Amino acid sequence: MIRRIETHLTMAPTPASTRRAGRRHPLATTALLVVGLLATGGAYALATTTATAETTAASAELIDEGGKLFAANCASCHGMNAEGTAAGPTLIGAGALAVDFQVGTGRMPMAASGPQAELKPVQFTQAQIDAMAAWVADLAPGPAVPPDRYIAGDGDAAHGAELFRINCAMCHNVAGAGGALTEGKWAPGLAGVDPVHIYGAMVTGPQNMPVFSDLNLTPEDKNDIITYLLYVQENPSVGGWDLGSLGPVSEGLFIWIFGLGALVGVTIWLTAKSN
Amino acid sequence: MSTTATPPASSAETAPGRGMRFTGWASNYVDERTSASTAVKALGRKIFPDHWSFMLGEVALYSFIVILLSGTFLTFFFDPSMTEVEYSGSYVPLQGIPMSVAYHSALDISFEIRGGLLMRQVHHWAALLFVAAIGLHMLRVFFTGAFRKPREFNWVIGFLLFVMAMALGFTGYSLPDDLLSGNGLRIIDGMIKAVPVAGAWISYLLFGDEFPGTDIIPRLYVLHIMLLPAITIALIGIHMVLLIVNKHTQFAAPGRTNDNVVGAPVLPAFAAKAGGFFFIVFGVIVLIASFFTINPIWNYGPYDPSPVSAGTQPDWYIGFADGALRLIPPNLDFVDPLGYTWAFGVLIPLVGLLVFLAAVALYPFFEAWVTGDRREHHIAERPRNAPVRTAIGAAGITFYAALWAAASSDIIATHFRLSIEGVIHALQFATVVGPFIAFFITKRVCLALQRKDREIALHGFESGRVVRLPGGEYIEVHEQLDDFERWRLVSFDEYQPLMIRPNDQGKITVSQRVRAGLSRWFFEDRIAPVTMNELESQKH
Amino acid sequence: MAEAHDSAHGGETPGTAVAQQQDHSAPAPAVAVVRSDRFPNPGFPPERLRVTDLDPKKEKQAERTISALFFLSIIGSVFAVAAYILFPIDNLDPSTIRLNNMFLGIGITLGLLGVGIGAVHWSKALMHGHELVEERHPTRGSDESRERAVEIFREANAESGFTRRSLVRNTLIGAVIATPIPAIALFRDLAPAKDPVALLKHTMWDTGVRLARDPSGTPIKASEVTIGSAFHVIPEGLAELEYHRLEEKAKAAVLLMRLPVDELNEDPAKADWSYDGIVAYSKICTHVGCPVALYEQQTHHLLCPCHQSQFDVADHCKVIFGPAARPLPQLPITVDDEGYLVAQSDFTEPVGPSFWERAL
Repeated sequence: MIRRIETHLTMAPTPASTRRAGRRHPLATTALLVVGLLATGGAYALATTTATAETTAASAELIDEGGKLFAANCASCHGMNAEGTAAGPTLIGAGALAVDFQVGTGRMPMAASGPQAELKPVQFTQAQIDAMAAWVADLAPGPAVPPDRYIAGDGDAAHGAELFRINCAMCHNVAGAGGALTEGKWAPGLAGVDPVHIYGAMVTGPQNMPVFSDLNLTPEDKNDIITYLLYVQENPSVGGWDLGSLGPVSEGLFIWIFGLGALVGVTIWLTAKSN
Repeated sequence: MSTTATPPASSAETAPGRGMRFTGWASNYVDERTSASTAVKALGRKIFPDHWSFMLGEVALYSFIVILLSGTFLTFFFDPSMTEVEYSGSYVPLQGIPMSVAYHSALDISFEIRGGLLMRQVHHWAALLFVAAIGLHMLRVFFTGAFRKPREFNWVIGFLLFVMAMALGFTGYSLPDDLLSGNGLRIIDGMIKAVPVAGAWISYLLFGDEFPGTDIIPRLYVLHIMLLPAITIALIGIHMVLLIVNKHTQFAAPGRTNDNVVGAPVLPAFAAKAGGFFFIVFGVIVLIASFFTINPIWNYGPYDPSPVSAGTQPDWYIGFADGALRLIPPNLDFVDPLGYTWAFGVLIPLVGLLVFLAAVALYPFFEAWVTGDRREHHIAERPRNAPVRTAIGAAGITFYAALWAAASSDIIATHFRLSIEGVIHALQFATVVGPFIAFFITKRVCLALQRKDREIALHGFESGRVVRLPGGEYIEVHEQLDDFERWRLVSFDEYQPLMIRPNDQGKITVSQRVRAGLSRWFFEDRIAPVTMNELESQKH
Repeated sequence: MAEAHDSAHGGETPGTAVAQQQDHSAPAPAVAVVRSDRFPNPGFPPERLRVTDLDPKKEKQAERTISALFFLSIIGSVFAVAAYILFPIDNLDPSTIRLNNMFLGIGITLGLLGVGIGAVHWSKALMHGHELVEERHPTRGSDESRERAVEIFREANAESGFTRRSLVRNTLIGAVIATPIPAIALFRDLAPAKDPVALLKHTMWDTGVRLARDPSGTPIKASEVTIGSAFHVIPEGLAELEYHRLEEKAKAAVLLMRLPVDELNEDPAKADWSYDGIVAYSKICTHVGCPVALYEQQTHHLLCPCHQSQFDVADHCKVIFGPAARPLPQLPITVDDEGYLVAQSDFTEPVGPSFWERAL
């Protein structure tokens, strides 16, 4: 946890959309790993693959700022001490990663109650999100933001694709186009989603998504899945426009409307008497 | 018949050009061996009427030819074996994954062979177009009454072609052995298992083992590339021969009667149009295939019984069956006192669809029986002039469309922000009640349109010229139609319902009552065409 | 047989020659009401000439357009061959496939559409534009040919004695009907000589078989299953099967979930089938066999993506929506000495879709 926060403190607060490029300074990662080792003890750090509940050592100042932001923006639903109310669940133990996912994708704060939280433009700067994450993480241990190597997308795409088909495709569709759930809920499309949010969703299981803890899919497995999703995004469909990757439904509509439609137009020209 | 009398056509008296001499020699050579001139004499100037809707069957025929051509190319590279191998091709997200040879070779066609992906896409798009064009062609034939005597057999053959097209489509859809097609086969397997008495055995024999086995793809392949195409080609042949024997229908128009065909001769005008149209259909399919992905099998991965993708749907023409499966309410298994399971949740949709298809196939015979009409019909009716038939057609379309829409209930739900449950319930309603509403509305619309026609035939059309009468009243002058325009509006038949009559034994049988009742239902609401006397009396 | 409009007899009522035929059945046929004062067919309207018929310049122009289209077609075909060579597929770069597909397709499209549009334009603009008329005749054979046909059958019958020698005829019919029977019998060996019904009733699960992750096959400890998790499970050993791997997987796939214990609404008879809120259900839909894998951790609903059947995991997977006929079968589980989750036994009922002998 501390590693990531320190990187951010070296940067000016920037909107979430631009932050990822700036985060990955290779030396910073190395340096922070060292800091992390010192802070949490070597043995513990070596076991990061199984650690789901890192205790945080973020600065009191940051936590304090996060607490203020939380009180102003989140407490009306989640309670002043994040204990939860009828309108929103408790966040004690939710961890920094859940905050990063929910606020960083614009799902929180919710605009209105509905079948599920909608994606909206992100409401906070990354520094503010990090502060709130630090405050929530300080309440009780919870999943922390992963180190860069697990969201780098440099893993085994084939293994990731296989895991994706088995664990994710039934809701999100094999091409990550999204799909329907019960009672008006849906699994969102995955195109353009930031790797850290994909990771966060797997670990924290937002809303109705099941949890895929590191004991189910290891961080390396998760990185493979991210690798596959990045591959699909970066290599557009080889056969031409993909019609939304929705499968036979969009193909059928297309052939009726544009294929047969165009040919009916041709038949009208064909049988009309020439001028 | 003419071969014996034909002298060698080599006389050089008129000194034709080199090309002509060769053509003459070649035609003679062929004719002396085949009597081809007889065929040219009989067919060369045959007349085909012109109307855009008469070209829909051609779209189907041409897309079938495109399917044959592209499919032949694909067979040179596709290997239907289900032996397991490890993927070694160039698509990174599948490298090292175990898969069947069939899937591997389908991937190789897409990724390693130049133009292979284009041919796959041409083949698949053409297949979707083939079935769609058949569907639209059938609707045209239905709504214009072109299935009536003497064309009932050709309707049935056309219907069989529709079924063959679906069978060809489904077997082809299954061949790549990807996750999508495998789950499709699994659904078929589940439906077969529901068949009373022999279900488990039929499935076992079909798959050659427990599902999925290692035989189903090679077996479907043989059906897909040999048996089904052979039957389809034979049926198309019969369809064409009957088309020539019966000659094409035409729409009512001045000069066109039930006893003639008016249009362009095969040679040259029709042949040029139809031949050109083949190239256009082919071209449009290739155009679509070069810009739009169809069935990206590499996304789905190899078949594995555990995963499934959101949005797992069949190709559009199987959609109505898939939709029927979705709409049935829960918990319909029934275990009879002997302990056998009746899976009504699957059997009801299955039987319902078979009944629907049978009704489509047999409709011409039903209508002939109800109307008692034994005459030959060569004038394509305007749909409004047969309100009940048109309404039946609309009801059928509504039923089919509701089932079809149900096959994409999940995609409808996500794209229109609805709940799946709401979509399913709405479509359940549409399937059961929709056809009745469609029937009622369509019949009323037809009758209203007929009244409008009658109005125009009697009173003419509004000329847009407003005059003031001596009394100060303003009226818009109506102008009478000329004879040619009026003919289109008045040239239809008016029918009376059948009367119940005792048979030879002086009895009135139940079937006669039913028939008379249906006939009344068919004909009781009708609008008579305007007659000369009516128009005369209108003028005075 | 084909004549130009002007000579056609226009004023005839439709259906005189072809239509009138006797109705032989008892009820009165619903024939069209023929009124004496119905309108006569007005005959062919005057024909409109095309600009190419009237203006030689336009005709020349059409000629040029058509040959230009054919020329364009040739260019397209040549371009397609060029594209085949100029846009090869580079195995390391998938975008080359897209280019190959697109440019090859554009060339072929141009080649085809050029011919097609050119030929149609030729037909429409330049070929003889008058409509021709052909007479129809009743579809039935002429009376002579029908009589002759009847006579031929009569002669054939007399010469063969088909009706007279009824024993010969009937045995022939019987024999012909019997000939396909061997063919039906031959189909038995489409599948091995086993009883499919027995196969359908058993899976790889058995007492003490460990639950393992799909696809890796590594066993799962109860402590690894956190609340809200869903594990896709196969029996341990399945991943290593050399033979029948997919067939076994098609029956044995299981979904493992952990719910807060107080949210599980368990049947006392099956209370020991779960372990500390961890439940395992067959993943094969009881409707037609799709994998039911969409688990909603908050509502505890399982959704089948194929036909939208919904099952309530908290309530023994009873069907709450959609076409499924039965709850998903539950796999009774427990933990072994090392803390791994194991099956207590096979499923206690057949998994997957219903079949005739299922309940026996």
